Amino acid sequence: MVTETAIWEAFEEIPDPEIPVISLVDLGVIRSVDVSSGRVHVEFTPTFLGCPALEVMKRAMEDKVAELGAEADVEVVNDDSWSTDKITAAGREKLRAAGFAPPAPRLVQLQPQVHRCPYCGSTQTKLENLFGPTPCRSLRYCESCRQPFEQFKTI
Amino acid sequence: MNELLLGLADDELVIGWRDSEWTGIAPLLEEDVAFSSIAQNEIGHARAVYELLTDDADALAFDRSLDEYRCAPLVELRLLDWAHAIARRWLYEVADEIRITALMDELPLAAKINREEAYHRMHAAMWHERLRDEPRFRDAVEELWPYALGVLPPEQRDALSARVDLPLAAAVERGTHTDELAELWEEMTMVRRSAPAGTQW
Repeated sequence: MVTETAIWEAFEEIPDPEIPVISLVDLGVIRSVDVSSGRVHVEFTPTFLGCPALEVMKRAMEDKVAELGAEADVEVVNDDSWSTDKITAAGREKLRAAGFAPPAPRLVQLQPQVHRCPYCGSTQTKLENLFGPTPCRSLRYCESCRQPFEQFKTI
Repeated sequence: MNELLLGLADDELVIGWRDSEWTGIAPLLEEDVAFSSIAQNEIGHARAVYELLTDDADALAFDRSLDEYRCAPLVELRLLDWAHAIARRWLYEVADEIRITALMDELPLAAKINREEAYHRMHAAMWHERLRDEPRFRDAVEELWPYALGVLPPEQRDALSARVDLPLAAAVERGTHTDELAELWEEMTMVRRSAPAGTQW
């Protein structure tokens, strides 16, 4: 039987379909992996409920587990357990390096200076649009380096 | 409870369709993006709530006859005037916050929906702030107010009245449908009705 560790390692190779610089593990959407019943049971929490990538993510996890010679039962859990605070520190750094400002932690999101430009690091940024190309992103503009950038929304 | 959830999900599905009608024709490019994204979220909420009620959310969303929908008349209206579209978004989001937050203790999904709705509320509040003194917007709010009351059950209407600072009035109640919903139903179920049951997409 495949081990939970092997499955977690395999899931680290699955890119987010819309922001492929981070993996599903970085994104924090895999809540648990359990092999104790002799089957592979995965609990998966969506980011945004209307995210069109959910089915793609689910299938990618099933395919990865199949590559390890097992069959996965991926359960989508629509409860309130995922927030952007679940994105790992490594995931946040990968986002920033790719030009996506990582989400502000929930506790400090109301402070204006928390939105930092991912290119130059300035906090002199302004909101252009609460909404962006996908449900999880807003659009901001850096007044220091004059660069528009995408901001992962805090939810 | 199921009746309440079906009404909620139908509201979210139908307002999602109506909001999506602004894609490409909003007065500002940024609002094309905003309305499209809001519509996507609302339809996602509808799907998640339908999934609490059934194993086949698509069938529940699209295979019912018109009189089986439980949406409030507010969301059915085809509003082609920007002032009306914004007035509805604002009234709907305030009403929706009241009912969603009341459900959060017993329904974890409601808390998840609420996280996303926070952005819709910020958008609506920003536009309300911008247009609140415009006569055209005020007229639109007044016209839609009886419809907004119909989104909520009677016991939650005092809270809505206080939040938007409008007096209680006779509500346009859930349970009857506008002609506009009939036209929308034709459009939104057209593709599914064109294919035999069991078609794999």
